[in-house]
Amino acid sequence: MSEFPVSEEDGVEEIETLTLPLDAWHRAKGGRMVEFAGYYMPVQYEGIMAEHLWTRESAGLFDVSHMGQVYISSEEGVTPALEAAVEAALPIDLATLKNGAPRYSLLLDENGGILDDLMVTRWATGFYLVVNGATKWDDIGTLRELLPDDVTLNHLDESALLALQGPKAFAALERHVEGEIPLSDLRFMKGAAYKLGGVDAWISRSGYTGEDGFEIAIPGESAAHVADLLCGEPEVKPIGLGARDSLRLEAGLPLYGHDLSPETSVIDADLKFAVNKRRRTEGGFPGADRVLNDFAEGTARRRIGLVLEGRMAAREGAKVLLGDQEVGVVTSGGFSPSLQNPIVMAYVDTALTAEGTALTIEMRGKKLDATVVPMPFVPHRYYR
Amino acid sequence: MTRYFSEDHEWIEVEGDLGTVGITDYAQGQLGDITFVDLPAEGSTVGKGDSVSVVDSVKAASDVYTPVSGTIAEVNAALADQPELVNTEAETGGWLFRVTLSDAAELGALMDETAYKAFVDSL
Repeated sequence: MSEFPVSEEDGVEEIETLTLPLDAWHRAKGGRMVEFAGYYMPVQYEGIMAEHLWTRESAGLFDVSHMGQVYISSEEGVTPALEAAVEAALPIDLATLKNGAPRYSLLLDENGGILDDLMVTRWATGFYLVVNGATKWDDIGTLRELLPDDVTLNHLDESALLALQGPKAFAALERHVEGEIPLSDLRFMKGAAYKLGGVDAWISRSGYTGEDGFEIAIPGESAAHVADLLCGEPEVKPIGLGARDSLRLEAGLPLYGHDLSPETSVIDADLKFAVNKRRRTEGGFPGADRVLNDFAEGTARRRIGLVLEGRMAAREGAKVLLGDQEVGVVTSGGFSPSLQNPIVMAYVDTALTAEGTALTIEMRGKKLDATVVPMPFVPHRYYR
Repeated sequence: MTRYFSEDHEWIEVEGDLGTVGITDYAQGQLGDITFVDLPAEGSTVGKGDSVSVVDSVKAASDVYTPVSGTIAEVNAALADQPELVNTEAETGGWLFRVTLSDAAELGALMDETAYKAFVDSL
């Protein structure tokens, strides 16, 4: 699969829903499959609440193979020219990026709007990127335009990606890995190559749930073998994307297409850390003028977390009010299984972002009382 | 007592001119964990097909439509503390509201249990 298959009927582009390497595996395990980012993906198995809580107390295996894995390299390996090319495309400081350590970065448009968020890892031979599934085709196009012709961009579309997340992820995974670096030496945001059940795997201690855990890139044809191996451990159950979303919301992590978009700036989104210090002064990446100006001047609104009174959830698009005045909008919302009350991420006027600020959210004609709280809503438990 | 079903996956059990309404077991299974139920105001007048209640699950909110016109006679107060009753007892203790029918003839447009089962199997 190197091109996105499209059939045209009656002049309307119909995009075929694709299957990923674990499709049959999910169905056999009772996963409820839905269309997501152009693929059939499991939204849940036994139920979002149970899967969410299982991940928080044990370990959940998520299939995130819909995400885009991209490899940027040059014939000469990692040269200053290749680093310069990557730095011209992303606001990252590669001088501070150690081998094997993934780092969060952003793909920005020329106005500083966010096209995607992504992870960049320096490998000995090039740069490995993981981008969002729904945006990967656009991302690949954007990156190809930004990178010079002598830089190669490979879409690793034969590779599957699993995320094993939760406090018992380490115990379950350690039984099956062999590598030059003991798994216990992998701290949060560090990765290395391993044999996992005899399969070549790139494993990093990362994820998007707020829990300790690992992301595991493996050949697609070995995905079912690895998934069986991990789910054969008593700590591990397969978990659907529904719980992945509620976990990342509790962790205060923004989701592209909801909390991040081309209309969102780095400062709005509270993602200053994604623009490395040197780049904040030097610029030289897409949208740098806008981003540097925002760093100096601030912006009118900012992404915050709110906890709601009562049990009625507010959803994306709900208005945030101060009295009768509209002061913001909800970008992600739902019922928090860990906290047992509704939480939202919202963008509100910068003046109203202080912890404890009382606001109102309008949902289906009802006014819900809400209070600004620091994020994450549930403390991160990364292994640092 | 007779039980009817709508294509929107509500059930209504009618005794005299009083109907008890809930969502079907099939519907609760599709929605997943119910976390909140927004119930109509007692005494309010509703028209067949109106959205009168909302069930919130972890991920999404879904409208519940009244299968008949009438007046809301009672709501299930137990759901305030135990919205999960809609999951565990969808067609019994997890009922949502009672409505005093204004036009019993509307029941004729609904399905009986056999027809509803066939309808669900066709989805």
